[in-house]
Amino acid sequence: MADHSHGHDAHGHDSAAFHATTKDYVIGFLLSVVLTAIPFWLVMSGAIADKSTTGLIIMAFAAVQVVVHMIYFLHMNGKIEGGWNLMAALFTILLVAIILAGSAWVMFHLNYNMMSDMPKMDGMS
Amino acid sequence: MIPTHSNWTPLLGRLGADAIPTEPIVLVTFAAVALGGAALVAALTYFRLWGYLWKEWFTSVDHKKIGIMYMILGLVMFLRGFADAIMIRSQQALGFGGSDGYLNSHHFDQVFTAHGVIMIFFVAMPFVTGLMNYVVPLQIGARDVSFPFLNNFSFWMTAGGAVLVMASLFIGEFARTGWLAYPPLSGLAYSPDVGVDYYIWSLQVAGVGTTLSGVNLIATIVKLRAPGMKLMHMPVFTWTALVTNILIVAVFPVLTVVLALLGLDRVFHTNFFTNDFGGSPMLYVNLIWIWGHPEVYILVLPIFGVFSEVVSTFCSKRLFGYSSMVYATCVIGILSYIVWLHHFFTMGSGASVNSFFGISTMVISIPTGAKLFNWLFTMFRGRIRYELPMMWTVAFMLTFTIGGMTGVMMAVPAADFVLHNSLFLIAHFHNVIIGGVVWGVFAAINYWWPKAFGFKLNQFWGKVSFWCWVPGFWLAFTPLYILGLMGVTRRMRVFDASFDPLRIYYFVALLGALLIAAGIGAMLVQFAVSIWKREEYKDVSGDPWGGRTLEWATSSPPPEYNFAFTPKIHDIDAWADMKAKGVARPVEGFQAILMPQGTWAGIVLAGISTVCGFALIWQVWWLAIASFVTVVATAIFHTFNYDRNFYIPADHVAEVEAARTAQLAALEKGAA
Repeated sequence: MADHSHGHDAHGHDSAAFHATTKDYVIGFLLSVVLTAIPFWLVMSGAIADKSTTGLIIMAFAAVQVVVHMIYFLHMNGKIEGGWNLMAALFTILLVAIILAGSAWVMFHLNYNMMSDMPKMDGMS
Repeated sequence: MIPTHSNWTPLLGRLGADAIPTEPIVLVTFAAVALGGAALVAALTYFRLWGYLWKEWFTSVDHKKIGIMYMILGLVMFLRGFADAIMIRSQQALGFGGSDGYLNSHHFDQVFTAHGVIMIFFVAMPFVTGLMNYVVPLQIGARDVSFPFLNNFSFWMTAGGAVLVMASLFIGEFARTGWLAYPPLSGLAYSPDVGVDYYIWSLQVAGVGTTLSGVNLIATIVKLRAPGMKLMHMPVFTWTALVTNILIVAVFPVLTVVLALLGLDRVFHTNFFTNDFGGSPMLYVNLIWIWGHPEVYILVLPIFGVFSEVVSTFCSKRLFGYSSMVYATCVIGILSYIVWLHHFFTMGSGASVNSFFGISTMVISIPTGAKLFNWLFTMFRGRIRYELPMMWTVAFMLTFTIGGMTGVMMAVPAADFVLHNSLFLIAHFHNVIIGGVVWGVFAAINYWWPKAFGFKLNQFWGKVSFWCWVPGFWLAFTPLYILGLMGVTRRMRVFDASFDPLRIYYFVALLGALLIAAGIGAMLVQFAVSIWKREEYKDVSGDPWGGRTLEWATSSPPPEYNFAFTPKIHDIDAWADMKAKGVARPVEGFQAILMPQGTWAGIVLAGISTVCGFALIWQVWWLAIASFVTVVATAIFHTFNYDRNFYIPADHVAEVEAARTAQLAALEKGAA
């Protein structure tokens, strides 16, 4: 059944879902290169003195990079698969937010309550 | 502080003659397993069954056969896990009054770790995945899952993980850390041996299978439903399977990452979770429970689905509150992500954090309670038939409610400071996992066995099993609740003189475990007797219980293609709807059916992956690299196999369906 519907509908179905063009791939590739090169340059040149600012900027670039990959390489948008992909993406973002924010919150309190008598780790005081 | 592996050799890594355990208990077990295994291999060879097994089962991509193989894997591992349980119970009953019992600490610590790991990852997970695999495609009127080859591969990866755990019994040792392997104990400094590596790699190999099977079942439920079956027409079991697999796909990567980081700490001496150099063992505990709490809902949600199907079938009513059941399932799915900290209230996050997670934990009991009321209201004024699946369901409702309430007790952070790590906790989670998941699996086996094999299970031995299990459970775990309230902690091996007055509780608990053993024995007898007398218990109708969902619309066992024509769905409980409207079974106009082809690739890829895992455990680097490269190369090679499908000719379909028509006609004649 699975392969059945797949094999038969492949042409009509998939082309209705998205148009993967060489142009998309080239744009995606260039964006990825730029978004990777800038963080490398930031670290190599030490353009920003504050390390945690550099870290945050790099993470922001990584987040943008994820979106670029989803749009240009995975060909995702809000309409394909009857909106299921968009819903799945939103759900994933929600969960990642819960996991990251929750862990940061929990670990901050643990660090504050349990590690205060100990010599501070560098950058955590 | 970091130990070096003085006996490491390039050829065999850490594997040497000293890897073979010398403890008598292990040696005897090894001899028994070796003899039994040899006898099995000899019998399969003598009866020339290897070809049949290879062709019809091992390489099969049929979701029904893969589902059955999952169940067999779960059952075999269940016996191993239960053997560990009996060893724990008897050691704790013996280790009093200056006696050392019969297990030394090195062995005992491995036993309780293996018990937990096996019961969760290699018993409960295969059971639940097996049920979803077998039932979901039938319930939604599909011919197979979305990715049949991937399904076969997932199963063999799970089996590969199980093989690694079993291998640790005879080659080397298993972890001595408890089932979640908290660092720093599980770090290199305190666990320099291979035990924790067995733990890490068996779970990593099995985890690949679990994650892929989650992807597969989500795609199946979203894409392959029969025409007309809207989301709100899906059977409740399919709904719970959907939410469960979303949970699997969302959280198993967290487990993979956290185990990978622990592995890096152990192999490359990084410091993610060490005590020194900025590492944080508390971060491991935080991350593993982000996986661990949704995991318990992964186990129990499909079981809630099973009970929903069983209750509505055996009360001959539509399920009370179908949509509230669906919403409750989705709400539990979301809430299960924001309660993880209740597993470590005592670690010290303080009042604000603990209050949040305490309250969110209490909130999650609301949708769960709503489900219980739905089942009760379905039974209310229903014509209840107390067949075995219904008996297990009632036992579940009574038992699980108690387990749920003790859970809410521990959700109060202040109370948890008293109960944390005590036997009260042990009693609580066995109460919900045995009273929920295990009994739900038994209900499901009794309910769907006739569908899978075409004959019912023996009632007498089923009832013997039931009446051993249910009192046995309470006998085994009530003493642990009491001991836990007194403050006795878990994982104790021996007890000093001050414990002597408490010894009676451990004896009663052992008695309960023995009663459960009798229940397991009776269940095995039930299977054997039923297979022996299968002609007597034969069910020709395909619908022995008066079922309401689509799987009962086809023959038992269903033909390879499940349904000759994909049914059209108009309502919830599609089969009950079709029966009520008198929809006639199509008897002509059959067409050829395109089906996926069996393939060697799944078992071969998983087999090499298991070898890779074994090499990584023993740090045989050349073998690890070679087997990893082989896996990738084989997978690429397999992508060039374009011969993935075959047609079942229309004549053959017509033949099978004609036989079925004759069968049903004979049945009707007999009834008249």
